[in-house]
Amino acid sequence: MQTIRIDGITRIEGHGRITIQLDDHGVVEDAHLHVLQFRGFEKLCEGRPFYEMPSITARICGICPVSHLLAGAKACDAIMGLRIPEAAEMLRRIVHLAQITQSHALSFFHLSSPDFLMGWDSDPRERNLLGLVDKHPDLALSGIRLRKWGQQVIDLVGGRRIHNPWIVQGGVASPLTMAKRDEILSGIPDALAIALRTLIFFKHMMEKLGEETEVFGNFRSMFMAIGREDGNLCLYGSRRRHEGWLRFADADGNIVADNIHPRDYQEYIGEAVDSASYMKAPYYKPLGYPAGMYRVGPAARLNMCRQCGTPHADKALNEFRHMYGNISLSSFHNHYARLIEIIFAIERMEQILEMPIILTDDVRAEAKANEAEGVGIIEAPRGTLIHHYKVDGDGMMTGANLIVATAHNTLAMNHGLKQVAENYISGHEVTEGMLNRMEGLIRSFDPCLSCATHADGTMDLIVDVVDSEGQLQQRLARRR
Amino acid sequence: MPEISHYQVKTLTIDGKEVCASEHQTILEVARENNIDIPTLCYFNGLNGVGACRLCLVEVKGNNKLLPACVTQAQEGMEVTAHSPQLHEYRKLIIELLLTERSHVCAVCVSSGHCELQSLAQKLGVNHVTLPYLHEQCKADGSHRHFVADHNRCVLCTRCMRVCDEIEGAHTWDITGRGIRSRMITDMGEPWGDSETCTNCGKCVSVCPVGALVEKGKAVAEMTKPNFLPYLIQMRGKGQ
Repeated sequence: MQTIRIDGITRIEGHGRITIQLDDHGVVEDAHLHVLQFRGFEKLCEGRPFYEMPSITARICGICPVSHLLAGAKACDAIMGLRIPEAAEMLRRIVHLAQITQSHALSFFHLSSPDFLMGWDSDPRERNLLGLVDKHPDLALSGIRLRKWGQQVIDLVGGRRIHNPWIVQGGVASPLTMAKRDEILSGIPDALAIALRTLIFFKHMMEKLGEETEVFGNFRSMFMAIGREDGNLCLYGSRRRHEGWLRFADADGNIVADNIHPRDYQEYIGEAVDSASYMKAPYYKPLGYPAGMYRVGPAARLNMCRQCGTPHADKALNEFRHMYGNISLSSFHNHYARLIEIIFAIERMEQILEMPIILTDDVRAEAKANEAEGVGIIEAPRGTLIHHYKVDGDGMMTGANLIVATAHNTLAMNHGLKQVAENYISGHEVTEGMLNRMEGLIRSFDPCLSCATHADGTMDLIVDVVDSEGQLQQRLARRR
Repeated sequence: MPEISHYQVKTLTIDGKEVCASEHQTILEVARENNIDIPTLCYFNGLNGVGACRLCLVEVKGNNKLLPACVTQAQEGMEVTAHSPQLHEYRKLIIELLLTERSHVCAVCVSSGHCELQSLAQKLGVNHVTLPYLHEQCKADGSHRHFVADHNRCVLCTRCMRVCDEIEGAHTWDITGRGIRSRMITDMGEPWGDSETCTNCGKCVSVCPVGALVEKGKAVAEMTKPNFLPYLIQMRGKGQ
């Protein structure tokens, strides 16, 4: 028996390790993702006033703090038992869409595209953003521009790019000015053009990536996302419009559980503890663990929606479905889905910014803690994000449960890892390119391990192939 | 024969600058009148000084101890050093000690950007904390209808206690324990919301230099303190 460890995985957000277990004949027996570090936000927030939670939990992540701020603020809204002003909700949507844009751009251009463009087996010293800038400057710079623009929108609306304290319980801290609204609108044509151009580019590239589509997490599983009554793509989930209830679908796209109120999420989602990882493994309770494996994220969302609801995104979704069917079972399609969601996010931002209500001053509602518990759910870039807070009579936190998007995909990532390992590693001498494909599978989920637990560490890669006697058979090392 | 006034003007030097002080003036008051900036945290113009924070310690020639400028009266012929590399290091150390004793996490504090401890740290150049953090967990009291007392952020300046006693006359706030175990308490240690003496006036919140006493519902960086000083001095004058 041999064990291969990929420690740690590169070009992801956070710090993790992959273990691949081989039998005596070099055939893959199992593969596992380990998240190695622990941060414990759920514990350290105890005793704090509930309305500090959005800003505290935003510190979980520097990439998607807006998602934590919004899920936290929604949980606070639920504790206060109020409905926030419509303008506040629209402004929250704007920063959310801007965050989807910048985060997806980071995942697609900065983290994953070096694999497609430089080649899975290319020199790892060049297989990164800098290599991309050298070989494909137009695409690399497009990605940087799109991410920068998304960050600028967050800055313009909320006054700060990262850990923006502008998203607060009961709404937002300040209204949007006409000048800022117009500045955002003026950047939309360029951002949309980049997204559409990239989609065309990737569509052609997908023709060369048939093998990856086949084996990168291509299996039957359930899917989960929040939904809207009209079936369109739902990212924010408005309490005002009674949107954002949880929805589960089976591998054929049939809805198996619908209209699950956020407060009832624990009736459907269980969290298994994995002794080899600090990341929990959520599962669909009615099917139990591990049969209740489900996936969240861009491809899952597109599998579960009827349409996106904006012209270019709908066209792109229809093309995608025409090529790959209504239900995409391959996690590799997350990359394609990210591009569609970027297009949707930009178009939707424009729609919202043109609504007169976006400039009104009524952006914050106030109340004390009126409920003992509150749950806030939002579709973060990587999937469904759940913040569940419990408070005492004074509004001080007595407990919190956070289920972060990446964690939902734990079982699916392990399943996908085994699939990729079986395809590339069984019976072969292990090469760096093979292991990069393992990492590529993980990258297709765009996991944020820092969110899922906590992470801080180097991104070196050391792979040890150890035989059943514990003797080192082969070592591959890569340093940043 | 008319009575000779006992009012005397004293002359002294602070950092080599010749200055004049009237009777009963402290070194700190004289320094500030002469645009010599001595950092303080517990001092609040209009309240009695207590010399609790020790940030205003100065050297006085002929005295082998450092003296708190806020409670030391200016004397004729004094030679005061308010700024020296040694004093600067002491002041930085005091800020470091305050930062490590409880939990001062500016990033998620309601008073960030409006906090005297934070601005003093910036002003004195405390850009690293070299001492180990104690991570002592204190209970935040959210029982009051309008305010929260977060003892994790308290620096024990006692401004709340003094304003409540000297201006409001309620003396709701007091201090219990000794040394590192000292805590601000309301009444006899009851939750603030159960206090029978608190008048809900909010003066304590107004004078708190950090994010320890804040209005309920304020999110990060939203807690700004009103300019309470003119009112306080006016009230103080009437009282006297």
